[in-house]
Amino acid sequence: MKILVCASKTPETTSKIAFNGDGTAFETAGVQYIMNPYDEWYALVRAIELKEKQGGSVTIVNVGPAANDTVIRKGLAIGADNAVRINSEATSALFVAKQIAEYAKAENFDLVFLGKESIDYNGSEVGAMVAELLDMPFISYVNNLEVEGGKGTVSREIEGGTEILEVDLPMVLSAAKGLAEQRIPNMRGIMMAKRKPLKVVEPVAFDDPVAVVQYTLPDAKQAVKMLDPENMDELVRLLHEEAKVL
Amino acid sequence: MVLVFAESQNGNFKKGAFEAVTYAAKAAKLMGTECAVLTLGEAKDAGQLGKYGASKVINVTGEGLKQLDSQVSTAAIAGVANQIGADLIILSHSSTGKTIHGRLAAKLGAGSVTGVNALPDVSNGFRVKKNVFSGKAIAEFEIKTAQKVLTLMGNSLQPEELGAAVEVESMSVELPAPRVTIKEVSRIEGTVPLPEAELVVSAGRGLKGPENWGIVEELATTIGATTACSRPVADADWRPHHEHVGQTGVAIRPNLYIAIGISGAIQHLAGVNRSKVIVVVNKDPEAPFFKAADYGICADLFDVIPRLTEAVKKFKNQN
Ligand SMILES: Cc1cc2nc3c(=O)[nH]c(=O)nc-3n(C[C@H](O)[C@H](O)[C@H](O)COP(=O)(O)OP(=O)(O)OC[C@H]3O[C@@H](n4cnc5c(N)ncnc54)[C@H](O)[C@@H]3O)c2cc1C
Ligand SMILES: Nc1ncnc2c1ncn2[C@@H]1O[C@H](COP(=O)(O)O)[C@@H](O)[C@H]1O
Repeated sequence: MKILVCASKTPETTSKIAFNGDGTAFETAGVQYIMNPYDEWYALVRAIELKEKQGGSVTIVNVGPAANDTVIRKGLAIGADNAVRINSEATSALFVAKQIAEYAKAENFDLVFLGKESIDYNGSEVGAMVAELLDMPFISYVNNLEVEGGKGTVSREIEGGTEILEVDLPMVLSAAKGLAEQRIPNMRGIMMAKRKPLKVVEPVAFDDPVAVVQYTLPDAKQAVKMLDPENMDELVRLLHEEAKVL
Repeated sequence: MVLVFAESQNGNFKKGAFEAVTYAAKAAKLMGTECAVLTLGEAKDAGQLGKYGASKVINVTGEGLKQLDSQVSTAAIAGVANQIGADLIILSHSSTGKTIHGRLAAKLGAGSVTGVNALPDVSNGFRVKKNVFSGKAIAEFEIKTAQKVLTLMGNSLQPEELGAAVEVESMSVELPAPRVTIKEVSRIEGTVPLPEAELVVSAGRGLKGPENWGIVEELATTIGATTACSRPVADADWRPHHEHVGQTGVAIRPNLYIAIGISGAIQHLAGVNRSKVIVVVNKDPEAPFFKAADYGICADLFDVIPRLTEAVKKFKNQN
């Protein structure tokens, strides 16, 4: 089975979020980057598990600048076979999807994995876009996947429940918690990753349909009102009269 | 024209659908145009959606629309959008809406933004805002294409009656054959699903063990709230995984979030800090959650929660 895993790079979860003076760009100084957790913990690991069981290969694709190579190498250390970096800033979801689809078109992947969303912009956009551009079925928020005889049996998260579906390969899917267990790369994996192929390709021309024009920080929260633990009637009164939520 | 897809489940509309129609009607007014609603498959009383400000309600039926096959739904929405000349398409930011919208944007070559929480600014191009970096910042996006697709974050505005019921029009659209077969759907019965809940009672490791959840459930039932939990609690199987909120769990935006015995780690806050009102119960005065709270109670939860439940019962009896 030939598997593609789309992996993005995001600021580490505890990073301080700041912007330049006029709020037009994200301040990257001092920010630690990681592979988007959904991509690393669930999409990539499930892809590797399927390869280990059924044979084939796992390729990582990232749309990003050379600085992303560290994050990509970590994916190779976890167990992907090779990687492709499409050499461009990831400026919008449709731009990224277009680049991934252009690359994947000629490669005939059986499965294309993405994460359910990137934890920085929480877009949850790229997966469905790649599926449309490749004319493949798309299953979102997958928390279980078995593949047999060219067919996938998938369970996906929906509001307040789960859905079990059957889909013929090839397909695109986005990974949610439960799909696999996080793997920590070992020394051997890290050594081997250095020799695995990481190909760099140039992007195709595509006009961005969307751009961020302004970042702002949310209004500072009003100080918490500490209440007397002995007087729960007062809390209920405040929730009713002041906050108007009860 | 603004087109809004109103999601239904077993033929019934959800609250998110009324919010989306209200949003679309208000956006249409700003843009000096009208709003049409689209329903897919069977839907009861679809004409009532006119009350939320739509001048037209369109229904498309067909094989493959009874369930979510994103290719079929996308073809239906794109087909209608082109027939009525829609330049803005609104979906709910739900598991269904998020699964369709990217396809739709790619198919139409439309610029898209997901999870918007306020009306667009149309005074200078087309600009919309959303929360980014787990609520730690707000980004304003400019969409430059003629056609645009947005998903609306739940609980961003209240449904408002802005018009009257209308006749439902059926429209026919050529649809592809479905490629996805649904084998089974299981839903947790009885409670409002977390992403739609307006009131949420959530608990963490401070509860000490699953056997102590009775007081949490009793408070939730008394208020009429849905229960949630922190990640370690779900990881330890004290609570089911669908209750896990935060960066790696469900992100929610209820009117009221009561956090009991949860420290307030940044990854937990990422999923809940957009709640309108946050109440924190924690015995540690230094717990980081107090900084994100509106009301705080620094005390032993095993003592305070049963008394809070009593106080709510008393209030409910009086009102
Ligand atoms: C990449 C990443 C992603 C993560 N994603 C998530 C996520 O999505 N959601 C999430 O929740 N966590 C997530 N975490 C974990 C997070 O960092 C915290 O570890 C977790 O939220 C802590 O859970 P807790 O507050 O229940 O437990 P603790 O941190 O142990 O807090 C328990 C609290 O209960 C209080 N307490 C104890 N006894 C009592 C009592 N008798 N009365 C009153 N108060 C009491 C204590 O003072 C303490 O503040 C993530 C971590 C990482 C690294
Ligand atoms: N620059 C990128 N390169 C490769 N894959 C990406 C990139 N950005 C997003 N993705 C994939 O798309 C998923 C959803 O991202 P998003 O639509 O940005 O929330 C991520 O979990 C990744 O799998």
